[in-house]
Amino acid sequence: MKKVYVNEDWCLGCHLCEFTCAAANSGAPDMIKAFAGGKKPVARIQIEEGDKINFAVQCRHCDAHPCVKGCIAGALSVQDGVIVCDEEKCVGCYTCVLSCPYGAIVIDEAGHKIRKCDLCTRNSHGEPACVKACPNNAIVFEER
Amino acid sequence: MNYVIIGNSAAAIGTIEGIRQVDKTGKITVISDEKYHTYSRPLISYWLMGKVTDRNIYYRGADFYEKNGVETMLDARVTKIDAAAKNVVLSDGNTVPYDKLMVATGSKPFVPPMNGMDKIASCHTFMSYDSVKAIKAEVKPGMKVLIIGAGLIGLKAAEALNEYKADITVVDMADRILPSILDVRAGSIMKKHIESKGTKFILGTSVDEFSEHSAKLKNGATVDFDMVIIAVGVRPNTELVSEAGGKVERGIICDLTQKTTLDDVYAAGDCTVSHDASSGTDKILALLPNAYMQGEVAGKNMAGEETKYENAIPMNAIGFFGLHIITAGSYDGEEYVEENGNNYKKLVFRDGLLKGFILMGDVKRAGIYTSMIKERIDLSDVDMDMLKERPQMMMFSKSRREEKLGGIKR
Repeated sequence: MKKVYVNEDWCLGCHLCEFTCAAANSGAPDMIKAFAGGKKPVARIQIEEGDKINFAVQCRHCDAHPCVKGCIAGALSVQDGVIVCDEEKCVGCYTCVLSCPYGAIVIDEAGHKIRKCDLCTRNSHGEPACVKACPNNAIVFEER
Repeated sequence: MNYVIIGNSAAAIGTIEGIRQVDKTGKITVISDEKYHTYSRPLISYWLMGKVTDRNIYYRGADFYEKNGVETMLDARVTKIDAAAKNVVLSDGNTVPYDKLMVATGSKPFVPPMNGMDKIASCHTFMSYDSVKAIKAEVKPGMKVLIIGAGLIGLKAAEALNEYKADITVVDMADRILPSILDVRAGSIMKKHIESKGTKFILGTSVDEFSEHSAKLKNGATVDFDMVIIAVGVRPNTELVSEAGGKVERGIICDLTQKTTLDDVYAAGDCTVSHDASSGTDKILALLPNAYMQGEVAGKNMAGEETKYENAIPMNAIGFFGLHIITAGSYDGEEYVEENGNNYKKLVFRDGLLKGFILMGDVKRAGIYTSMIKERIDLSDVDMDMLKERPQMMMFSKSRREEKLGGIKR
């Protein structure tokens, strides 16, 4: 299955993937409207910045998927290999945050829910927006 | 193959999903003494406080049994396992034969004998959908509620009843709250937080005697109430297995495939004893993720795929009145502690490993710590300053990151 991978030698730490991800999943038609009026849509990809290296972390859609197995609400499930969250069912207990070994599940404090990468399968983009946005090709969408 | 599952919560659902990964056609029968489609037990407090709808309390979709080829016998009670004849006996006298049996009977509220209990006008436990439905039918604004027990269940009940503007008092014999997951300091921060929302605590004492609408405590105080909720703890439902001759200690004893000491009888969830890999001791790990994963492993084994359940540890993610806690592992070792307002962090190190942690307030990315406990990551391979700063993949070696994030297989 194709997944998003990050080359930490190429990541500039510019955070464009985060902004693009947040906008893509906000339901707004473009970046300007997504952030208009002080709105802070939540990104499902997170940059870790270091002295010399940077990289992005997002859901690995891993085979073990402890987040799905541990979800107390039955909100997380695997659909055609993609781990998705039914945000209406999520109660914000954060058992998935406790379980994810990558720290890839994001807490939406305002929404009292979690948000996670679904490879843009459920928004209007159809393919991962972070990949298209990366100016240095540090994020790729491929089989490994 | 003919599979029978006693129970209908997380461990049972894990078993069904485990079986179906291996065996798509075998017959599966679920027998439950509750009348409901599988629902999430931890969601009952959310349902009571109105944060989960009648529809969303269900743990799986309405078509779950149909999609998985499961026959259900709901509102039916198993009274006996006949391990020699390989069947279970129901309270109506009927028997149900099995080739492989799963005992996922969970636990029941422990109600210690207390003087005058039979006089209490309204006394509830907090364990099932029916129990919260009964509470909801009675609760009124301003109602005085006495909760016995300042553990996870008692405080979830307090949080839910606070939504109804109930006047809540929590009494516990221990001198602190949430002792099963928090240390003294974190417990004290959480106690202050909950008190700030209006719930009162009377700790270090217990009830001497109940009357219809009041409780006399051993410290001399009297608490008036309209309703009592008993939440002092739970006891595993082990009788079916022990009476059938299976080995039971504090809970049902299973091997790593989740098989009991009885042939073709498996068990999973809160009724079983688990091995805590963080402390090296055997204990009951009454946690939904543990129940599901034990069930899944059992299901695969029942269907013929050999697999083991390893690296179980205590772990909890829970919040009260908006203050979140994530904890895992054991707390015996060298400590690193940071505190800032309601934010509290404790990391516990032993034998060159991270053994446990408590995060309160800021719980972001806690699973990175959890994975270090489970996978026994050698701390000499980790940047300790980064580890202490926050959970982050940056603390690991480049090669571990390539493996974890880059899909590089080694």
